[in-house]
Amino acid sequence: MTITPDQLIQFSPLHRLQWEEAQQKYVILYPEGMVELNQSSAEILKLCDGSRMLAQIVAELEEKFATSGLTNDITNFLNVALQNGWIKQA
Amino acid sequence: MAGSNKLNITPPRWLLAELSYKCPLQCPYCSNPLDYAKYPNELSTEDWKRVLSQARKMGAVQLGFSGGEPLTRQDLTELVGYARELGYYSNLITSGYGLSEEKIVELKQAGLDHIQISIQASTQELNDHIAGTATYQHKQDVAKLIKKHGYPMVLCVVIHRENIHQMPQILEMAENLGADYLELANTQYYGWAHLNRDALLPTREQFEEAEKIAQAYKEKVAGKMKIYYVVPDYYEDRPKACMNGWGTTFLTIAPDGTALPCHSARELPGLDCPNVKDFSIAEIWNESKTFNFFRGTGWMQEPCRSCDEKLKDFGGCRCQAFLFNGDMYSTDPVCSKSPERHRIDTAINSARELALSDREKPLVFRNSKNSKQF
Repeated sequence: MTITPDQLIQFSPLHRLQWEEAQQKYVILYPEGMVELNQSSAEILKLCDGSRMLAQIVAELEEKFATSGLTNDITNFLNVALQNGWIKQA
Repeated sequence: MAGSNKLNITPPRWLLAELSYKCPLQCPYCSNPLDYAKYPNELSTEDWKRVLSQARKMGAVQLGFSGGEPLTRQDLTELVGYARELGYYSNLITSGYGLSEEKIVELKQAGLDHIQISIQASTQELNDHIAGTATYQHKQDVAKLIKKHGYPMVLCVVIHRENIHQMPQILEMAENLGADYLELANTQYYGWAHLNRDALLPTREQFEEAEKIAQAYKEKVAGKMKIYYVVPDYYEDRPKACMNGWGTTFLTIAPDGTALPCHSARELPGLDCPNVKDFSIAEIWNESKTFNFFRGTGWMQEPCRSCDEKLKDFGGCRCQAFLFNGDMYSTDPVCSKSPERHRIDTAINSARELALSDREKPLVFRNSKNSKQF
């Protein structure tokens, strides 16, 4: 299971992405479980709202952090996210 | 105080709110205390709201509404709504009994995130026998409604000698019902399950066969249904890392407001478990004798004290050490390094003898009448 570049990416309706004040980090919540996210993972997942495809997510993050060459890192992370069921594509 | 090592107190992450000991089911492996009938008082709605709010402030984020049967509480929807406002991820842990479509929708609107429903077996006859109530068909219907209304669904099946032969059918049932997660929970022998252990504990051969089937199915449904397999610790040679370590992660509040580091801890002597009516959650978690009792490693005896795995399993389960050895400081007897391991083997053999004989030992069902005898 890998990301299809020409399909929109949305966050799974069976999971919840949430900022945790006590932990000072974003977490993914699901039945009886929790994954703690580092900042870059959280930034990627926040853009998975069903309105963007892979290239758009890469472009936005490269602009936001004034950098380039993020395609591989972002694709790799999104593949992991897809395999874990955190995101989905139509 | 046994564990005076207060250096590193992590905040609670998991709050188990046991709303009520009332339950229409009578499962003979219930994890509630045998003498639950002694504690008929229940916290008020306001008490529960205060608990939720205080624990959330400390960092608790996963919330289980459990019991007994949490649906017996008339204020469940109100509490779910309050929990959602606070930012909890709410899990309803239910038998499904009395759960109508209207209620499923109402709870969803209030902000409930997930429903875990228990099914006792893959056939009506066995399900209704184990539950002590005719519930099989209703549970099947409720499972479908949970999916219809967009909840993630965990199907929980407690595994023991009476249903372990149904493993293939249980797996198929879960897949057919569209479960997102199937929890195959090998019975943990505390409370009622401990009382009924001779009749419930499967033989090693039965376990190995069932586990093989479950593992193979795991691969078949990968990406579709996740299978959580709760291991039968009697057949392991290292103890479970019970509660992820005492007072590190889990906080259970019993129906009467007693705060417990695990849902069995009420059985341990001399802990003086505090009540949320008398103390705040922060006081209970950080300062109470109970929650500091087995924190850290200072309380450990040999062979735990010098063991290089002590930070991996924290000496195992204190309740199991007490149940078998009469000494809650001792090493969990499941551990092959424990000098008391033979006690576990004796229990296994005792159940095995009964399993292989044609004798029958009637199950003691979990109900108020039986509870009053303890």
